[in-house]
Amino acid sequence: MPLFLIAQLAGRTVAIESSQVESVVDIGVIIPVPRSERHVRGLAALRSRVVTVIETRAALGLPEGDGTAMRAVITIVDGHHYAMLVDSLEDVAAFDLSPLSAGVVLDSGWQRVGRGIIERDGEPILAIELSALVPGIAAAA
Amino acid sequence: MDDLLQEFIAETRETLEALSGEIVAWESAPADRERLDSIFRFVHTVKGSCGFLDLPRLARLSHAAEDVLAAVRSGERTPDTRLVNAVLAIVDRVGEIVEAIDAGHALDDTGEDLLIAALDTGSEAIVSSAAPVLRAPTRSVRLNVDLLDRMMSGMSDMVLARNELARRMRDEGVDPTIEAALERLSLTVAEMRDTVTRTRMQKIEALFSALPRMVRDTAAELGKTVALHIEGSDVELDREMIEMMRDPLVHLIRNSIDHGLEGPADRRSAGKRETGWLSVAARQSGNQIVIEIADDGRGIDTLRLGQKVVAAGLRTETALRAMSEQARLELVFEPGLSTKDVVTGISGRGVGMDVVRANVEQIGGRIELANAPGKGLRISIHVPLTLSIMSTIGVGVRDERFAIARQAIEEIVRVGAASIRIDRLGDTLMATVRDRRMPLVDLGNLLGFGQRDPAMLVIVGVSGGSYALAVDTVLDHEELVIKPAAPAVMATNLYAGQTLPDSGLPMLMLDCAGIAQLAGLVFTREIVAEDDAAPAAPGVQALLFDDLDGVRRIVPLSVIDRVEPVPASAIRHAAGRLRLSVDDAIIPLVALGTWEGRESVSVLRLRDGSVELGYAIGEALDIVELPDALVPAHDSGPIAGVVAIDGEQVEVIDLHWLFSTHADPNAAADAPLCLLEGTDSAWLTTFLRPVLEAAGYRVATALRPGETAGVIVTMDGEQAPSSCAAPVVRLRRDIENDGIDGSIFRYDRPGLLAALAKTAGGR
Repeated sequence: MPLFLIAQLAGRTVAIESSQVESVVDIGVIIPVPRSERHVRGLAALRSRVVTVIETRAALGLPEGDGTAMRAVITIVDGHHYAMLVDSLEDVAAFDLSPLSAGVVLDSGWQRVGRGIIERDGEPILAIELSALVPGIAAAA
Repeated sequence: MDDLLQEFIAETRETLEALSGEIVAWESAPADRERLDSIFRFVHTVKGSCGFLDLPRLARLSHAAEDVLAAVRSGERTPDTRLVNAVLAIVDRVGEIVEAIDAGHALDDTGEDLLIAALDTGSEAIVSSAAPVLRAPTRSVRLNVDLLDRMMSGMSDMVLARNELARRMRDEGVDPTIEAALERLSLTVAEMRDTVTRTRMQKIEALFSALPRMVRDTAAELGKTVALHIEGSDVELDREMIEMMRDPLVHLIRNSIDHGLEGPADRRSAGKRETGWLSVAARQSGNQIVIEIADDGRGIDTLRLGQKVVAAGLRTETALRAMSEQARLELVFEPGLSTKDVVTGISGRGVGMDVVRANVEQIGGRIELANAPGKGLRISIHVPLTLSIMSTIGVGVRDERFAIARQAIEEIVRVGAASIRIDRLGDTLMATVRDRRMPLVDLGNLLGFGQRDPAMLVIVGVSGGSYALAVDTVLDHEELVIKPAAPAVMATNLYAGQTLPDSGLPMLMLDCAGIAQLAGLVFTREIVAEDDAAPAAPGVQALLFDDLDGVRRIVPLSVIDRVEPVPASAIRHAAGRLRLSVDDAIIPLVALGTWEGRESVSVLRLRDGSVELGYAIGEALDIVELPDALVPAHDSGPIAGVVAIDGEQVEVIDLHWLFSTHADPNAAADAPLCLLEGTDSAWLTTFLRPVLEAAGYRVATALRPGETAGVIVTMDGEQAPSSCAAPVVRLRRDIENDGIDGSIFRYDRPGLLAALAKTAGGR
C-alpha cells in the first residue's frame, strides 16, 4: 500500500502520495515575482536552493487565502523545485487508492488535480496530483 | 593536448566498458539495429577524436570498422558471425591501444593489417586474441558531476550558515576573539567556494583552443584553405557542458569544411574568395549559451537531400513534397543518411549529424540550421546555462532587488548630473545622456509598482540599440550562479534566471532583451529625434579631470572606454614600466603623478580602436566641450597644449603621444617613421604632424634608442640633419624657387606627400 500524506489544502482535506513529496517545510521570506501569474506567490530559499512558491488556492481557481499559510510541501516537477502552500498537515499513513466513485464529478479546479479516493476511517479523501497545480504544466495537461 | 588525450583515453575507456554489454548482445543477435547503431557511434566517435588528436593507427582501425558497419547499416552486407568477430577484434584492439597510450608503452602493430583485412567479405574468420591488459594508474581523477553538484550545494549551505552565525553574533555582541575566528572561517569559506565553483566552470576557450589546428589540418588534407574566426572564447560554461559539446562541435566543423566549403576552383567560379570563411562564436543569450558555426560554403541542397531520403526509403516522395523547406532541411539529422557521395576520412558520410543532435539534445539543448543555398550554412547550438557564473550588478526597485548581467550594461549614471536629461515625448519617457538619446524604461512601472521619478539610469545594450532602465538604487557587483527559473517565472519574459546571493534571499536576474520587448521598444539602427532646442554645433566632448599631480587636464571622451577605480595594488612597476592588471590582462599604465597613500586610483581606460592603455587620474570632474583654440605645447610629450575653459588653463592630453610612446609597440610598428628635425619643429609638429599621420606615417621629433627613421623632414636652411642615414625631404618657406634645390614649398601638400612616398616607400 502506498504511503499518503494527509493535508489541509484550500480548506479541504486531501491526500498526497508520498512519492510526489520531497520534503515538508516552513517557508520563510517569499520574494515576489512581478508580472508572473497570480498563482506564483514568489521565490523562497530552501537551504541553498531556490524554490518557486505556488499559491495553491489560486492554482485551483479559488479566491486567495489570507496569505498566512507558510507550511509547504516541496515537490519536484521537471527538475524544478516547487513549494505548494498547504494550510496544515495531519498524518502520514498507508492507504489503498481507489478510483473516483461513478457519477462523482469534481469542481473545475479540483477536477484537474484529483486522481482518486482513499478512505480513512470511513471518510473519503481526495487524492491529488501536485504537479497538476504547477502553472504551465497544468495548462499543458 | 595532453589534457585532451587524457580525456579521450578516459572517455574511450568508459564507453568501452558500457559497450561490452552491447557487443555481447550484438554477437547473439547481429540483426539488432539498435546495438549496431551504438557500436557504430562508438567507432565513429573514436575516428573523429583520432583525427583530432593525431592518432593515425586508431584512426585507420576505426575507419575500417566504420566502413563495414556503414555497409551493414545500409543493408549492403549482412552481419554474419565472421563479420561480427572481425569488428569485435577491432574494438578490442582499440581498447588495447588506448591502454598502451595511457601506460606510455609501445604496442607493436603487426596483425593490424590482418584485423582490417578480416573485415572484407570472404576473408578467413579470425580468432579474437585479446590479451589481458594491465591498466596503468591514471594521473587525474574523473569526478561525477553529481558529486560536484552536491559539493556546490553543500558549499552554498555553508555560506548561508556562516552568514546566519555572523548575524547572530552581531546581535549578541560577542567577544572579539570569537569574531576574529569567524573572520578566518569566512575567508576560508569564501576561498573554498571559489574553488568549488571553479571546478565546474570552464572558459569555452578550453574547447576553442584546439580548433585552429584542427581546422588547418582538416582543410590541408582536403586541399582547401580556410580562414577561421573565433569569437567569445571567454564565455564560461559548465565543465560538463564543455565536455558534452566537444564531439558535436568537432563533427560540425569537420562537416562544414568537408561538405560545406567548396574547393578553391569551385569557389572561384562561384565568385567567392578562394579562402573559405568559417566562424565559430560563443555568446550568452538570455539563459542560454549559443555556439554558432557559420561558413560561406555551398549550404545544403535540400532538393538533393530529399532525393537521398527517398532513395534510402526513409520517406516517400509524397511525404517529402508535403514538407516545408525547413522540415526538408531537418532531414539532415536522419540517421544513416549521406549528402555526400564520396566517402572521405574526414567526416565520413554525413553521419554524425544524428549523433550530434542526439548529443546536444541529451544536455537539453537544440540545434538550429539557417541555410542559404550557394552562400553558406549557419548552425546554432543552443545549450542551457544550467550552472553559469555571471558577473552581475544588483539594482533596487522599491523594496525589491534584481540582478542585471554586467555584460549588458554600458554605463550607469545618476539622474541629476549635468549631462543627463529626462524628457517626456507625449507619454513616452526619453533619456538624453550626454549627446545620446535613448528610450527610457521605468523598471518600477513595468513591474507594476507604480511610477516614481527615476533616480538612477542603467544604460543597457541589446541587439539593435541601447536603452536606459530607470531604477531606484544600484547595489553591489556580485558574481552569481544563475540557474533557470521555473517555467511559470520564465513565461513572463522578464527574467533570465534566478540565483541565491549571499544574503540568503532569492533574487531574479533581469532579461534586458525581454524588457525591451515588453516595453515595446523598437530599435532601428539610429535613433533620430527632432531637435530644435539644442545648439547645433557638435563639438568634441571631453572629460575634465584633476590629475594625480594636481594639474587640471582634459581628454576627448571618444577614446575613453570607461573610467573605473582600481586598487593601488593592481598597479606595478614591472618589466621596465608601469603596468595595470585588469581582469586577465595587463595593460600599460601612464601616471603623471604619484598615488601614494591612496587605496584605490581612478583609471581611464583609453582605447584607440585596437590598443588599450590605462591613465591614472586623481578625480574625474565633468564632461565639457573641448575648445577649438589650442595653444600648442612647447615640446612634444604627454601634453599637446593648453586650452581655456571658464577662464582657467587646462592641459590637453596628447593622445597620439601617449599611444605612440606607451602603448604596446605592435600597434603601428610597421608604419614608416617620419622624423621631424630642426628648430622650426613647432610648425612641423602642429601643422605637419596631422597631415603625416593621416597619411599613415609615424611621426617623431626625436628618435628613441633602437629606432630608425624612414625619412627625415626638415626646413630649408637648417644645418645638415643628424648622423641618421635616412633620406631627407626639405621644405622651404617661399612659394617661388620651384624645385631648383629639390626642396618643396611647405604648403604644397600633394607635392610633399608624393616626395615622402617616393623616399620612404610610404603609403
